Amino acid sequence: MTKMTLAKALNAGLRRAMEDDDKVVLMGEDIGRLGGVFRITDGLQKDFGEARVVDTPLAESGIVGTAVGLALRGYRPVVEIQFDGFVYPAYDQIVSQVAKLHYRSGGRVAMPMVIRIPFGGGIGAVEHHSESPEAQFAHTPGLKVVACSEPVDAYWMIQQAIAHPDPVIFLEPKRLYHSTKAEIDVEATPGPLFASRVLRAGSDVTVLAYGPTVKTALTAAEAAAGEGKSLEVIDLRTLSPLDMAPVYESVRRTGRAVVVHEAHVNLGLGAELAARITETCFHSLEAPVLRVGGFDTPYPPARAEEYFLPDLDRVLDAVDRSLAW
Amino acid sequence: MTEFLDPSPSHTDMVQLLNPEGERVSHPDFEFSPDRPEDEAVRGFYRDMVLTRRLDVEATALQRHGELGLWAQLLGQEAAQIGAARALAPQDFVFPTYREHGVAWCRDVDPMQLLGLFRGTDQGGWDPDEHNFGLYTIVIGAQTLHATGYAMGVQMDGLVGTGDPTRDMAVVAHFGDGASSQGDVNEAMVFAASYNAPVVFFCQNNQWAISEPVEQMVKVPLYKRAQGFGFPGIRVDGNDVLATYEVMKSALKRAREGGGPTMIEAYTYRMGAHTTTDDPTRYRLSDEVEAWKLKDPIARVEAYLRRGGGASTSFFAKVEAEADELGERLRAGIHALPEPDPVRLFDNVYTELPPELQEQRDGYAAYLSSFDLEGASR
Repeated sequence: MTKMTLAKALNAGLRRAMEDDDKVVLMGEDIGRLGGVFRITDGLQKDFGEARVVDTPLAESGIVGTAVGLALRGYRPVVEIQFDGFVYPAYDQIVSQVAKLHYRSGGRVAMPMVIRIPFGGGIGAVEHHSESPEAQFAHTPGLKVVACSEPVDAYWMIQQAIAHPDPVIFLEPKRLYHSTKAEIDVEATPGPLFASRVLRAGSDVTVLAYGPTVKTALTAAEAAAGEGKSLEVIDLRTLSPLDMAPVYESVRRTGRAVVVHEAHVNLGLGAELAARITETCFHSLEAPVLRVGGFDTPYPPARAEEYFLPDLDRVLDAVDRSLAW
Repeated sequence: MTEFLDPSPSHTDMVQLLNPEGERVSHPDFEFSPDRPEDEAVRGFYRDMVLTRRLDVEATALQRHGELGLWAQLLGQEAAQIGAARALAPQDFVFPTYREHGVAWCRDVDPMQLLGLFRGTDQGGWDPDEHNFGLYTIVIGAQTLHATGYAMGVQMDGLVGTGDPTRDMAVVAHFGDGASSQGDVNEAMVFAASYNAPVVFFCQNNQWAISEPVEQMVKVPLYKRAQGFGFPGIRVDGNDVLATYEVMKSALKRAREGGGPTMIEAYTYRMGAHTTTDDPTRYRLSDEVEAWKLKDPIARVEAYLRRGGGASTSFFAKVEAEADELGERLRAGIHALPEPDPVRLFDNVYTELPPELQEQRDGYAAYLSSFDLEGASR
């Protein structure tokens, strides 16, 4: 048992994936000697060599596009996009090529690729470093999208994503990289990758979160408990496909749901979740599904990000509105 | 300086071994040396080009008859494609655009499968690994990165510079003059140079990106861009199958031996429209087309073979008969292409159908079968 931060857990997970399969190749900007700007790949180039931990030219479309070629050649590329806001130059390759090659080829071509994206805000960064583009990828058939929220999951989910035969957009909550540590039992058997998970049982309101907002939701549940309100917190973990069964089960009991994400609310994951819950649990609902998220504005300057990001109070406010309906 | 900026071809910077009159010409660096007797090789090229042109003409006609949604014509570019493709070793891997029908032909892709894509019965019915020929790529330039990445993989596999010409591999990235403006093409060249990847960038400069002339976006000869990326570039007469074959052969050899990337600009002309939805009379003069007709890639080979006695009259008749047969096969086969089954829309989105998509599929299947029930009860 070792205690690790989320960043260290990802590093350990990548290391193990590379040991398990010599076709796993890491690609990205500054991931070699520097170990990545967040040090997620720290020490890996030293141990696995420059051929397997590839420092690439600074061109995101180039990175993803050449990764497509490597995957066609039988490799399992794991691409690091340095920051969420830098993924857009690669958008065409991801949406038109990575996502569709298996389909276009009638299943003859496999595209086992992981695209790691540090996402979300709260780190006081300059613009384009704090975005939450998950809905754009979850909207694209052919891609799978997952988000980890804590070290144990990070360790296992990255390995499962790499071993998975379909392309996976792997979202990492960057503000939690170096936050709390957790014990990781590397001998354990992990649960399935594409499954959501109830992290805290409750009976009054179901709170759905993923990535960085899981922590916010858990903190809100703790605070609400002090006021006698019982919140059930579900970490969605998989954003495409969604694993709705635990969500439906929960909402049928609580009759209320609040979705929390940093992404803009308009057409965000919350909209899809609200629609599905309404379609499936209509008669169980005591209140409409409420969404707490980033406003429909560009991500603001760092000194204003606290107003933009959903925090404890905004989650509790939504919970109160749901209960008061 | 003026010479450097002049994008028009000149004899000094364009490799040519067979001129438009069908006369062999010499070049200081390249000599036609095929892997079989010369006349036999040239007859082979001729047959490939004639059959490819027939495929193109038939497909265009099928589109006009409403049997294809679209067709991207290659008329005029036969020599560039056949020369490039016949220079390949079996193990080399090719990433095409959507117009490489001649290359597909040489890679034994059934022309019916090309028609399937343009008819809309599938999105590319061939197995890339079976033919070492990738899927057609519609987003221009995207495939040049795939080729470069694939070449990086070949390098990681240790299949470059082993000294065994039957094992060493090269990868070809096809693209056109229009795509040369794309970021992906430029990024591919940066990556290829950076990793010394065994890739040949084969640009068919057919002078027109739909309606935009090459001069509008290309201010120095395209092949000269290679130098800026750090590898050689060369211009070849793309209507000369002999020269294209030789130049491609040397670039592929260089790649296989570990010499790194090369860019080839095959200087050619799109005699037809961009695709069947295009109308070139709106943007170019017929004088230009007429001038290029005199440089026709097939006519010059025919003139060469007839004049030099490299082929008998019966040879030409035989190829013509083969072309007629191919045309008939395509016309007959088009209706035999299987129509897509609606429920199979959900196949191959992922390697396994996720539960939510399974639910969508089942729901759609039930919806469709409800019509059968209505029909039955009536």
